[in-house]
Amino acid sequence: MIRVRNLHKSYWMGSNRLHVLKGIDLDIGAGELLSIMGASGSGKSTLMNILGLLDHSDEGSYQLDGEEMKDLSEKRAALLRSRFVGFVFQSFHLIPFKTAAENVALPLFYQGVPRRKRNRTAEEYLDRVGLADRAGHLPRELSGGQQQRVAIARALVTAPKVLLADEPTGALDSQTSYEILKVLQDVQAEGVAVVIITHERDIAGMTDRIIHLVDGTIDWDRRIQRHDPVAEIGAAAPSELDVIAASAAAVAERGGGEDVGAARE
Amino acid sequence: MIDFDTWQEIFETLRRNKLRTALTGFAVAWGIFMLIVLLGSGQGLAHGIEYQFRDDAVNSIWVSGGQTTKPYKGLQPGRQIQFENADYDEVTSRVPGVEHASARFWVFGNQQVNYRNEWGSFTIRSVHPGHQVIERTKVIAGRYINQLDIEHFRKVVVLGDLVADALFHDEPAIGEEIRINNVAFKVVGVFDDEGSDSERELIYLPISTAQRAFSGRNRVNQILYTTGDADLPESETMAERTRLILAVNHTFDPEDQRAIFLRNNVEQFQRFVGLMAGIRVFIWIVGIGTLIAGVVGVSNIMLVAVKERTREIGIRKAIGATPRSVIGLVLKESILITAVAGYLGLVLGVAVLEGVSRILPAEAEFFRNPQVDLRTALAATAVLIVAGAVAGYFPARRAALVQPVTALREE
Repeated sequence: MIRVRNLHKSYWMGSNRLHVLKGIDLDIGAGELLSIMGASGSGKSTLMNILGLLDHSDEGSYQLDGEEMKDLSEKRAALLRSRFVGFVFQSFHLIPFKTAAENVALPLFYQGVPRRKRNRTAEEYLDRVGLADRAGHLPRELSGGQQQRVAIARALVTAPKVLLADEPTGALDSQTSYEILKVLQDVQAEGVAVVIITHERDIAGMTDRIIHLVDGTIDWDRRIQRHDPVAEIGAAAPSELDVIAASAAAVAERGGGEDVGAARE
Repeated sequence: MIDFDTWQEIFETLRRNKLRTALTGFAVAWGIFMLIVLLGSGQGLAHGIEYQFRDDAVNSIWVSGGQTTKPYKGLQPGRQIQFENADYDEVTSRVPGVEHASARFWVFGNQQVNYRNEWGSFTIRSVHPGHQVIERTKVIAGRYINQLDIEHFRKVVVLGDLVADALFHDEPAIGEEIRINNVAFKVVGVFDDEGSDSERELIYLPISTAQRAFSGRNRVNQILYTTGDADLPESETMAERTRLILAVNHTFDPEDQRAIFLRNNVEQFQRFVGLMAGIRVFIWIVGIGTLIAGVVGVSNIMLVAVKERTREIGIRKAIGATPRSVIGLVLKESILITAVAGYLGLVLGVAVLEGVSRILPAEAEFFRNPQVDLRTALAATAVLIVAGAVAGYFPARRAALVQPVTALREE
């Protein structure tokens, strides 16, 4: 589904060049549930923006669904985004003056779907995230968790192949976070690849695979046993322990004696 | 279908952002409203000045006799200058460019006039046929004095409509005989005049008849003529020629300003035309200033609106909006607001002008019938719409081309 080779990205801060991504190689299969971890500034958000065609790379190759994403026009990028990718953001990014249903229907508007069908589909997806009764509410009338579920419904309404979630639980308390993770697991169960950017180990522990970024390179990439978010609610976050263990294992494998990886947080 | 959807999306956005919509709309409506009121007021002033000249032909020269104040060729000052028929003939034949001409012989005092048992007291004015054009007399029944009346000393009269009303009430007056100081005259016409009511209380007589009937011999008190399409310098030449002819005939110093009184309406009219042009330029400067203020207001609001919406634009882009659709959204919004608000301002401005012209007394002298050229108003609205669109376009394009990530980072 996603195939990345030797990806580089720099930002210019005034006259200083900030090399954010320093040669990333990454393969993500269809219907995977994985998390990308790393400290602030490790390049995880940049990687997600490039994967989501919100930003472009300087160097390297990126194939989405077998197609090379190089030198895309804004229009083409918009088209591919609307066809392949759904986004979920930390601060939800709902349009404040639109109701939940209108927010969910908006991507379909840009695909030229007729109004009636749009509204029906939007309601269907709101129902799937358990918010059918909140369809007419404005974002400010909803709780954080509800807003994020609306955002997930909006990301899914175009039936994308990949769902990119940038710190989807960053603004939520842990119980709400786990509920959101449950929703994302359900999404993955329907065959959508779900990529979650997070720096929270308990959240990462609820995915099948963790990619750990340090300073713009992949530090380690391991598969783990996913935890059930529902079981974690109120518990002492055993998923977090698994991630620490995975981290330690990765470091040990590499033979580095220093205290790296998850412990860095 | 898609287009209908786009507009629905725009209406929705406008409805949900009432303050922004109202502010932009107000700036536009106010600009147009002020412009319309200004231009209308300018027109009102212009009409007022035209009204001042409604009575007489604007291209006429009027001469009447005065009293000399300078000694000339051995003659003492203080002589009365009295014109005669010969002066009239000479002026009309020797001054080039004379179009319609008339002399007046003054019949002093009101005359007792009766038709059977209806009596009234009216003023007589004796004229040549050309007087009709100079005074802008409108004959509403019968005819005016003609050349044959003059030549044959016919005892005919043309009555002002108020005179006809007083003597004949609703009966037809044409062909009837009235008596002026017990002398019979035949009514050949009835007229109306745009000037004051006193103009409509006059009785016109052929000048030759009047000279005979009121022992005027060949005396003339006033000579008036129109100058055709002569411009200001040409009319001044005509006035000078007239003065010289009369100076020779009556032996007075042509420099003597009081020997005869000469009024050149062309000159007066030209002065007012110049004044009007000045007022127009001033109004346009103020109007364009108002328009610029409106344009700046709209541009400002559009800039802020787009800035404020950078994040929204980022979201829209993230979920599949193309740059073109984002620009289109902002532009269509801007055009919709400015067009609707501009139209409102236009209607409001026209309504105010209409209201003012209703309230204005009919005899208002200097400000009449304010109105605005619709094409000017529409053009001004178009300028504001375009300005709003341009002001929206540049920030919208920048926002649309910014990477969605950057746009989303804006708070």
